[in-house]
Amino acid sequence: MDQILQQMPIVLKALNVGFLQTLNLFFVTGLGAIPLGLVIAFGSMSRFKPLSILTRLVVWVVRGTPLMIQLLIIFYFPGMVLGSNIWGKGEAGRFLASAIAFIFNYACYFSEIYRGGIQSVPRGQQEAGLVLGMTKSQIFFKVTLLQVIKRIVPPMSNEVITLVKDTALARIIALQEIIWAGQSFLKGSHGIAGAIWPLFFTAVYYLIFNGIVTVLLGKLEKRLDYFR
Amino acid sequence: MPILEVKDIRKSFGSTEVLKGISFSLEKGQVVSVIGSSGSGKTTLLRCLNFLETPDGGSIAVNGETIFDAADPAARREADIRRNRLHFGLVFQSFNLFPQYTALENVTLARKMLAKEEADYRDRKKELFAAIEDDARRLLARMGLADRMDNYPHQLSGGQQQRVAIARALALRPDILCFDEPTSALDPELTQEVLRVIRQLADDETTMVIVTHEMAFARDVSSRVIFMDGGVVVEEGDPHQVIDAPTQERTRRFLEGYSGKY
Repeated sequence: MDQILQQMPIVLKALNVGFLQTLNLFFVTGLGAIPLGLVIAFGSMSRFKPLSILTRLVVWVVRGTPLMIQLLIIFYFPGMVLGSNIWGKGEAGRFLASAIAFIFNYACYFSEIYRGGIQSVPRGQQEAGLVLGMTKSQIFFKVTLLQVIKRIVPPMSNEVITLVKDTALARIIALQEIIWAGQSFLKGSHGIAGAIWPLFFTAVYYLIFNGIVTVLLGKLEKRLDYFR
Repeated sequence: MPILEVKDIRKSFGSTEVLKGISFSLEKGQVVSVIGSSGSGKTTLLRCLNFLETPDGGSIAVNGETIFDAADPAARREADIRRNRLHFGLVFQSFNLFPQYTALENVTLARKMLAKEEADYRDRKKELFAAIEDDARRLLARMGLADRMDNYPHQLSGGQQQRVAIARALALRPDILCFDEPTSALDPELTQEVLRVIRQLADDETTMVIVTHEMAFARDVSSRVIFMDGGVVVEEGDPHQVIDAPTQERTRRFLEGYSGKY
C-alpha cells in the first residue's frame, strides 16, 4: 500500500496524458461520426436503389465485423499490403488511422439510429408542412429534426457511452491512450516496473467520465421533455 | 366564374383505380360536403387537390387559371406545386400539429417561412413577423383559443388541437379550405365544438370542401353535397335532396347506415 501511494503521483501523471489521448479520440469520433452518420442515413434511405443498396451493404459489413479488425486493417493495409503508409509516422499517424476507423464505424451505427428516428416521425408531419407551402428542407430542419433528436437521444446515449470505452481498442495499434499508459507500468516506465494496479486503475477514469456523460445526456433528454 | 373547377380527376395506386374521373365545381363562398363510405375515394380526392397525390389524369383550375393539368408535364415541377398548394388549405383527420411548437407557433411557422421569400424581408422582418403574430392571435381567438395560445399540442384536448389546426390552415388565407374527416378522431362532445367553428366559417362565407361522416352537419352547412362511391360521383345536388331524398339506390343504401343518427 505504501508503495502504491508512493507511485501514485507518477502513475496519475502518465495516466492523465494517456486519458487526454482517449478524450481526443472520443471527441474527434463524435464530431466526425454524428454528421457523417446523417449522410449515411440519407444514403440508405435514398430512393435511388443502387445508392441505398450499396450504403446498406457497407453498413452491414461495418456493423457485422469487429471494430478491432477494422482498426488493424485500416492501419496496416496501406503500408503492409499496398506498400505505402498513408498515415504518417508515429503517434500522429496512429491517431489519424484510429480516428478514421472510429468515425466510419460509429457513423454506421449512428446512421441506423437516425434512420429509425427519421422513419418514426409520422408521415402526417411532413404532409402538414407540405400543405402549408413549406419546402422539403424547411420541413426537415423546422419540423422533423427536433422530433428526430428527441427520439434518438436515448439510443445515442447508449452508443456514446460505448464509444467512451471502445476507444480502448485503439491500444491494438499502440495508440498511446490510457490503457497503453497503464500497461506501460507492467513492462517498466518512469522507473516503475511490474505494477499491475495502474492498468486496473484506468477503469476509474472511464467510470468517472461516463458518469459525466450520462448526466449531461440525461439533461439533454430532460430539456426535450417539453413536448411529446 | 367558379373559384374551383375540377375536371375528370383520375388516380390509381398500382392497379387499383381509386378515382375514376371526378368533376365538380365550386363558387366562391360555397361549401361542398363530400360523403361516402370508406374507400370511396373521398380522401384521395382531397389529397389530389392539395397535391399530396399527383393525379394521373384531369385538371384543376382555381379562379379560372389552370393550376394543374395531367397532360402537361410542366405542371409537376416542385416549385410550382408548392406555390399552387397555397390556393388550398387542408385540415387533417389526425390534426398533425407540430408537437414542439406552441399553438401560436404552429399557426405562425409557415407564414414566417413564406415571409422570408419577400423581397424586403431583411428590412422589414420585425414588422412582418409582428403582423403575422397579430394575425395568428386573432385567428386563435376566433377559434375560441385566446387563453390557449402558449400551450403545446399535448396540453390541449383533441377538439382544441383541431381548432389550432384550422387556424393554422386559415393563416395562409387559402382560397379553398379542405377538411378531411375533421371530427373522426374526436368524441361527440369535442366533435360539436369543432363543427361549431366550421359552421361559423361557413357563415363567414369561407369556401370549403368538407369530407365528413357527420350527415346532419353536412346537410345544415353545405351548399351542395356530393356522394361518392367506388371512385365516381354517384349523386350530387342540394344537401336536403341528396341526404333526405336521394335519387340513387346506392346513396339510399349508404344513408340507411346513418338512419336515426342525424
